[in-house]
Amino acid sequence: MNGLAIRGLGKRYGGVLAASDVSFDVPEGSLTTLLGPSGCGKTTVLRLVAGLETPGNGSIHVGGRDITALAPEHRNVGLVFQSYALFPHLTVEQNILFSMQAASCSEAEARSRAQAALEMVGLAGLAHRRAPELSGGQQQRVALARALALAPAVLLLDEPLSNVDARLRRSLREEIRALQRRLRLTVVYVTHDQHEALAVSDQIVLMHEGRVVQCGSPEELYERPRTEFVAAFMGEAGVFDAVCTADRRVWLGPLEVAGNHAAQPGPVRVAVRPEAWRLGPATASGLAGSVLRHTYVGRAIEYILATPIGPVLAFSPHTAALDTGAPVSLSLGQHGVCVLRS
Amino acid sequence: MKAVNRAIAGWALAGIAAFLFLPWFTVADGLFSLAVPGALIADYETASGAWQVLLYRKPELLAVLAALLAGLLVARRDPSRAQAWLLIAAGFGGAFTVFLSGLGLATLPPTAAGAHLSFGWGATVVVAALLVQGSFGLARAGAFRGDLFTSAVAVISACVLLVFVAYPLARGLGAAFVDDAGGWRVSAGLARVANERVWSLACLSSGSPCGVAWNTLFLALLSAAGTTLMGTLLALAEFRSNWRLGKAVRLLTPLPFVTPPFVAGLALILVFGRSGFVNQLLELLFGISPSRWFYGLFGLWLAQMFAFAPVAYLIMRGVVQGMNPALEEVARTLRASPQYTYRRITLPLLAPGLANAFLVGFLESVSDFGNPIIVSGQYGVLSTEIFFAIVGAQFDQGRAAALAWILALLALAVFTLQRVLLGSRSYAVLDGTAHASAPLGLPSPWKHAVLVLAAPWLVFTVCLYAFAISAGFVEVWGRDYTPTLRHFSRAFEVTFSDGRWDLTGLAWHSLQITLKLAAIAAVLTATAGLLMAWLLERNRFVGRAAIELVALAAFAVPGTVLGLSYTLVFNTPPIELTGTGVIIVLCFMFRNLPVSVGMGSAALRQIDASLDEASRVLGASTAGTIRHVVVPLLRPAIASSFIYSFVRSMTTVSAVVFLVTAETELATTFIIGRAGQGEYGIAFAYSAALIVLMSVSVAAIQWLVGETRLVRATRPTHFAQAAQ
Repeated sequence: MNGLAIRGLGKRYGGVLAASDVSFDVPEGSLTTLLGPSGCGKTTVLRLVAGLETPGNGSIHVGGRDITALAPEHRNVGLVFQSYALFPHLTVEQNILFSMQAASCSEAEARSRAQAALEMVGLAGLAHRRAPELSGGQQQRVALARALALAPAVLLLDEPLSNVDARLRRSLREEIRALQRRLRLTVVYVTHDQHEALAVSDQIVLMHEGRVVQCGSPEELYERPRTEFVAAFMGEAGVFDAVCTADRRVWLGPLEVAGNHAAQPGPVRVAVRPEAWRLGPATASGLAGSVLRHTYVGRAIEYILATPIGPVLAFSPHTAALDTGAPVSLSLGQHGVCVLRS
Repeated sequence: MKAVNRAIAGWALAGIAAFLFLPWFTVADGLFSLAVPGALIADYETASGAWQVLLYRKPELLAVLAALLAGLLVARRDPSRAQAWLLIAAGFGGAFTVFLSGLGLATLPPTAAGAHLSFGWGATVVVAALLVQGSFGLARAGAFRGDLFTSAVAVISACVLLVFVAYPLARGLGAAFVDDAGGWRVSAGLARVANERVWSLACLSSGSPCGVAWNTLFLALLSAAGTTLMGTLLALAEFRSNWRLGKAVRLLTPLPFVTPPFVAGLALILVFGRSGFVNQLLELLFGISPSRWFYGLFGLWLAQMFAFAPVAYLIMRGVVQGMNPALEEVARTLRASPQYTYRRITLPLLAPGLANAFLVGFLESVSDFGNPIIVSGQYGVLSTEIFFAIVGAQFDQGRAAALAWILALLALAVFTLQRVLLGSRSYAVLDGTAHASAPLGLPSPWKHAVLVLAAPWLVFTVCLYAFAISAGFVEVWGRDYTPTLRHFSRAFEVTFSDGRWDLTGLAWHSLQITLKLAAIAAVLTATAGLLMAWLLERNRFVGRAAIELVALAAFAVPGTVLGLSYTLVFNTPPIELTGTGVIIVLCFMFRNLPVSVGMGSAALRQIDASLDEASRVLGASTAGTIRHVVVPLLRPAIASSFIYSFVRSMTTVSAVVFLVTAETELATTFIIGRAGQGEYGIAFAYSAALIVLMSVSVAAIQWLVGETRLVRATRPTHFAQAAQ
């Protein structure tokens, strides 16, 4: 198959298992995010794909070709570092020309490619500046252009937005995504921010302590997390004890959890996103509760409610706030409720 | 009296006490030989300031006393502008009066009574008190944000640097322009050095020697190039290869630091000299009779290579270690092979470090005295030429000073170039955050270079040190290799007689003096360095740059020049120090002060200034802040300053060669003297003892103070294999 295929990748540093049995596919022309908390092994996997580390076991295939034993300069894989790593003693243009000069391209071809790369990222006028003179966003674009100059088969991005101002993050991530779509690049994107991952990815690979925990589309990971860890990492989630009855229906207190689920009869755990709760007047049917605390955060009101199943965090878009102590009745919406496995 | 004026009163009292109870002039046999209190009154030469006024017709000193008393009076009042101006006038005015009386001393005809007297403890303490008083006045008038302590440190630093660095250098070098009649003419200076001995280029076309200036320049270029290359290869071997070679290199780093630089030259003579290994071997194998072919440019260059390559290594080590390894990694992902990466990324990023190492190597070569005096043969260089102009039959002060000008200008030009270069682009330095990246291991051609050049060099260095240490323990090197302790015991014999231990060995006298003076200088340097570093780093004031510059001048100027200036300038009243230990301590101190200040500054920059501010907000005074907050945090830097100053003072020779006398003989000059007379056995025995002693001292101080890390280590734990 084309694109990137990782099979059973493992890497040990001394006594620490940084990555273990990591397997996933990145279809050609799509963007897969490696997501996870610090130390989960996502950067290790990235460096293994780039060839900067040698795996203990497993294999890496690009475009159907096994590249596991190849040196980095022979892999046709581009990498953008978190710190950009622009060569400080070269100008922007010379940075971009570097890979073509290393690959012994003709000068004419190299220059035209460099020019195209600069235009692609919108920095055509900055060819003769040096890295320290550029802003963070500009440096990142130069790093991108440099990695893309020789049209690599796979592009690896290591936390591209972590050094960027919070306000710029949205526009930059959209630019990256637009670029990836336009050029039909095969991209592996590493981040620890689940919002970013949800926004840019075709596929998310969630890692924890060196292993792949769940792999799927953003919607799958958010709406149908397999474990508590996944549920909690992908967004706010309250996890409650529920019961699966003999007729394979799952009850969270008086509320039924709808949707397909493969639960066995017996106790189960259910994850509920705060936005899944619907707050109604106390007279309505549902789970009875009362307001413990409320906080206005602009786009919604956050409630902490006392209920028989435990304290519940709920977001409600109601403009009329409920007072502390007010009785409410809770019910579940269509999205954001999931029965966890294991 | 207000608490805020306590410091003012205290210093005024100290000055008055000195005026009353300390001898105004220097006492020939030392302070403790005085028969107190009689000597303070009765004898003109040893009388204190008070009695000078009352009995010996020095009424000008009354003004001094008045100034001190004014300070005391003012301390009883509230801080005010009037108080400020009174303190300034009294303090600086009083100091100026002492200065004038000193001028009077200087211009006395030699036959007048008391013409040989110079300022002693009494005068020194009184002047210090007056200057501090004036500085307090400055502070009260608004300078230094009203802080008394800072003002005092600044004023005293400035005066000390003026008197002991700027003045001697200016006047010492100025002697070049004094013609035979005693007048001052630029042409006199030029005439002294515009001759063939200095500037001839005959060696390019014929067999006659070139001028010493060209010799010095040529040698320095060769040495700088050679040491930089070797240092770089060694640094790369340590950090970019996984050979044991790397570890061996690290073990060698402290050795040249604790060894006097001329030991390299001496040890090379063991190998290449007339009676050395190589000559004997040549005679044995090819029948070539031993000659002195080694002495000259080649021998000198080789000696400087061994002496100074470790300095280049230390510089390059920091650069190689500090380079951002992510840059090499990203180059690999951009299709660059390891060789290509080294050529286009690694080497250019090392370039500023290479330039720095080159310039430092140049400076070391130009300032070197110990190796030329032993190995240079007919190849004259400026430092030895200056020496011969003073010592020996010539005694031509003017010529020595004129040659010193050339040397000083050469050194200062290179030094300025180095500072400018260092201040500008610093490429790709690690920012201290953890990096997953590992630096690139050496590609093949580089590995071969390291193997062919650096490994033999290392082996040869170890051999040289082994020879140097063992040469003190054989009968006669070159003829009779029977092991013996004769030389060692000649140097360090200790006999037990009349129930007492007697140090009868020849070396004890110089060793004791050197240890004493070096230790005193080290304590003074560490203290002064810390205070000055704090002053320059944490305060902004007019004249800050000037203080920095003058302090650096003492460091940039070759030791020969500073020593020469001291000996020319401080041998007449009112500051007559030649022949004493004091002048040697001062020379040590000012040579090493800039490095101490540099260590202190570097350490202070890593301590957030908000710590000082928090202390002040909580009520501590400036002095208290320094004592309780800054000093504990700066302990490693203080220890490093002490070690550096102590060891450099013990092993220096170029600066002190003019300042030693029979009474104040130093270890290094003793060794060179013996070597000059062909007594290599005792020279090497003493050198060996010195090396061991220095190594033990450094280790002991480091152990006492705790780990003193001179380099902040953020080393990657592995590196990427280059060949695949």
